[in-house]
Amino acid sequence: MEPSLSTSIGKIELNSPAMLASGILGISLDVFNRLYRSGAGAVVSKSLSIEPWEGYPNPTIFSVNGGGWMNAVGLSNPGASNFAKMIEHNQDVPIIVSLVGSIPEDFEMMIKEFTNCNVTAFELNLSCPHVAKVGLEVGDDPELVKKIVTTVKNSTSIPAIAKVGLGTTDYLNTVKIAIDSGIDAITAINTVRAMAIDVETQRPILSNKFGGLSGTPIKPIALRCVYEIASKYDVPIIGCGGISTWEDAIEFFLAGASAIQLGSAIGDNWINVFDDINKGVLQYMKQKNYSTIDEMVGLAKKF
Amino acid sequence: MRWWDLQRNSNHTTIVTIEKVIDETPTVRTLVFSDSIMPNVLPGQFAMVWIPGINELPMSVMISKESGKAAFTVRKHGLASTGLFNIKVGEKIGIRGPYGNAFDIKQGKLLLVGGGTGLVPMMRLLTHVKSTDDVTVLIGAKSKDEVFFEDLANDLLQNNPHNVIISTDDGSYGEKGFVTDIVEKLVNESHFDGVYTCGPEKMMYKTVQSAHSRGIFVQASLERMMKCGVGICGSCCVGEDLACKDGTIFDGNHLSKNNEFGYFHRNKAGILEDY
Repeated sequence: MEPSLSTSIGKIELNSPAMLASGILGISLDVFNRLYRSGAGAVVSKSLSIEPWEGYPNPTIFSVNGGGWMNAVGLSNPGASNFAKMIEHNQDVPIIVSLVGSIPEDFEMMIKEFTNCNVTAFELNLSCPHVAKVGLEVGDDPELVKKIVTTVKNSTSIPAIAKVGLGTTDYLNTVKIAIDSGIDAITAINTVRAMAIDVETQRPILSNKFGGLSGTPIKPIALRCVYEIASKYDVPIIGCGGISTWEDAIEFFLAGASAIQLGSAIGDNWINVFDDINKGVLQYMKQKNYSTIDEMVGLAKKF
Repeated sequence: MRWWDLQRNSNHTTIVTIEKVIDETPTVRTLVFSDSIMPNVLPGQFAMVWIPGINELPMSVMISKESGKAAFTVRKHGLASTGLFNIKVGEKIGIRGPYGNAFDIKQGKLLLVGGGTGLVPMMRLLTHVKSTDDVTVLIGAKSKDEVFFEDLANDLLQNNPHNVIISTDDGSYGEKGFVTDIVEKLVNESHFDGVYTCGPEKMMYKTVQSAHSRGIFVQASLERMMKCGVGICGSCCVGEDLACKDGTIFDGNHLSKNNEFGYFHRNKAGILEDY
């Protein structure tokens, strides 16, 4: 039998396991359609705030020598309300709406904006490493995580995913609190807080000084986190961090992820990366005689 | 050229020193620098230019008469472009790229339509035409003191059958009126094998319409808000296209199906705004 690329992340069903990560290309429905046609199983929007945000001045993205990207775009986004209007007529694309806020009420308000939209899930950004009072600063506060997840779960029946990252507290504790508060799935991980200094001008390159490191350098870290979460908790996981090939995708499935997200790989290999990964995963499944992705998920945990 | 220059990661910022500043008009300057890669980029390609401490901007790479050198021609407008405009000889800027595709240069009778700093890729295009090509360059400006690159265009085309036409909105120099009216007249009068345009979006929109509706091959270089330049941030999307990665050059056939071209661009937050 021909293997199937479809996968479920708890209640979320996707036709293919590779989705667009938040923050990447995520502001136009036309682009979402293009990505979906190119093989993306879902697209995650840019993290939306209540008000539109312009983000930081350039330079906001920097290519790291030796591989990977560093960015401090600063969560630029059109605001939840504008974005909701744009996707109101979305028919085909599974859209996961990423939200960023400081208090539970922010998330509650934004979810209301999407009442008339076809939304596959909400992803709560608890891990952006370069904007004050949101992201990691929220994820590092266990009480706040508990309140936000509880509020979100009470506000909508649409599945909610928590995107966690490496902050100042133990991310596994954040994962536990999110699960205890009713979260449906976990995305791990976000970019890792980092910086770069230009030796000629002797100044930090990013306008925000600090940014988030993404791409191949963080893949082993992300894989470790997925493996740790999968080993400790029974929760659907989306792997994210430096995935760029089908082999990377398989590694994440074996570590315990049911789906993956791509970001930096698009900067390196452009949009074909979805199709390339889908084809490679299918080939691997044929070779190993798997009919579903689910059969592979977490296999490496037994060692 | 040093061998390691050829191994340079085009995404990595290279620091260059400004060697010469040329005043083109009271508000437009050309900054010349030496580099191993930028002098050889193709017409239409751009670089991300870092003005340390101020911002980073996408800039079409300007030619230089001296070998081994390239330039950026900038009009002071906002904070970032004014920062670049004010860079002095000896000061340093960062460059990464080149990024983007290049014009598909046809042979025969060519029409180039440029407005403002949109003339930069047109000048580089002129260095790639064949000596047998019959080239018309149309330069649009608001008034006489904003006209630049007229002499350069004539100079670059000295061995070609050519015609450099200036039009100013107020009639203070060259023909009076909008450049797009002259485009319409020219494509009506004779056949062109290729039309190329870069400049204000409305000018490009009308130029593309005039040529495409007559079945003439036409390409425009689109300008959009850009943050990354490499197809990650999505700031520069135009419909389903990303200006940085799919463009910045698109042909008339493609643009005629794009609902945003000529009408909308996105602001820094990604919200569509009218042109």
